[in-house]
Amino acid sequence: MTPIRTHSLTPGQTVGPFFHYALPYDGDSELVPRGTPGAVRLHGTVHDGAGAPVPDALLELWQADASGQVVQQAGSLRRDGWTFTGFGRSATDREGHYSFTTLVPGKSAPFFAITVFARGLLHRLVTRAYLPGTSDPFLDGLDADRRSTLLALADASGFRFDVRLQGEDETVFLDFGDE
Amino acid sequence: MADTVSRLEPQAHIDAEMRAISESYAAGGAVEAQPRRDYAPYRSSLLRHPTKDLQQVDPEGIELWAPVFGARDVGELESDLTIQRGGEPVGERMVVTGRVLDGEGRPVRHQLVEIWQANAGGRYIHQRDQHPAALDPHFTGMGRCLTDADGTYRFTTIKPGPYPWKNHHNAWRPAHIHFSLFGTDFTQRLVTQMYFPGDPLLDRDPIFQSVVDPRARERLVATYDHDVTQHEWATGYRWDIVLTGSHRTPLEQDAAEEEHA
Repeated sequence: MTPIRTHSLTPGQTVGPFFHYALPYDGDSELVPRGTPGAVRLHGTVHDGAGAPVPDALLELWQADASGQVVQQAGSLRRDGWTFTGFGRSATDREGHYSFTTLVPGKSAPFFAITVFARGLLHRLVTRAYLPGTSDPFLDGLDADRRSTLLALADASGFRFDVRLQGEDETVFLDFGDE
Repeated sequence: MADTVSRLEPQAHIDAEMRAISESYAAGGAVEAQPRRDYAPYRSSLLRHPTKDLQQVDPEGIELWAPVFGARDVGELESDLTIQRGGEPVGERMVVTGRVLDGEGRPVRHQLVEIWQANAGGRYIHQRDQHPAALDPHFTGMGRCLTDADGTYRFTTIKPGPYPWKNHHNAWRPAHIHFSLFGTDFTQRLVTQMYFPGDPLLDRDPIFQSVVDPRARERLVATYDHDVTQHEWATGYRWDIVLTGSHRTPLEQDAAEEEHA
């Protein structure tokens, strides 16, 4: 459904360099405790247009649960260790690396929804990290080299998904018609 | 410090670039509601903005929903930034309040609002902030709350100071509070900054000016509100926030609201 807009929207602004004491929180990137049966790692590096890692980015993850259902449960900020809320945050480290511990979303929900914030990025970007091997009409409609930027790669602990903010192999970022 | 300064461009260069972009935008006729991600006067944006067109797509599945936050996540006292460290922080105590609405004007109910800011001297409690202004032992500068059933948020804090940064020589950020907001859909996620009316630094700030539309820029500026101001206690500012519209059907929206009522 196309959103109706009767009110003029508030513009975005960069998250800036000083979000680290405000947005990250204990357990933010662990949607499930490590060692949980079925737990996987979703991780990668954020790169700028020169290929350099971005050490002051923040990624948010929003995903369906292992059965493919959307979760509407509170508790992402104060995890109880049992409730899967589907939401997490990971600030990149000095090497531009982020990492989530989570569950694989069920078959009917083949992607992780990702929001990217960073110093130098004036308005957040959104993308999808599709599970390896996914085929769907949206993905299939993209050029092959662009499509590959949305496909997570299987690795020993789960999935790798690098984000490139700019350049030849720039990640496909999405516009839901709200831009 | 003189060595650092000599390598930086003067404010006049940045001003001239911003003016040229502004004039070109005014001549173009199209309306841009969001900041330009490609806004060269903000030097850090040069290598951090996409150069390819964003891919148009209809939101599906998880993207039609947003995470839910509740009393488990946010304590009542987290909205008062003046009581976190066992003493009164230095500065002008103030109340900042407003409503979070979607593009249709519907209140965004029971949803998370997070803020962070510098102290009254323009210093963040952050390792990377090396501005030689005093840290305030009574101020961390971060707060959270949930909007109420009317979409209203409310924080008690102190007015942040302006601070220098290294975008160019003698660059100063206007006083601002960072805001992080969620809607009812993933697509509505917003991180932005609230500014103060009449700040002379607004015209010189490339982050504020990256919103090239003058009316859209004004929507980032709070209003002083004497009805929010409290007798012998705090000045008051009002700032309403409008997110993009929900992509869910009205039926889905109603069902979600009943669930969270």
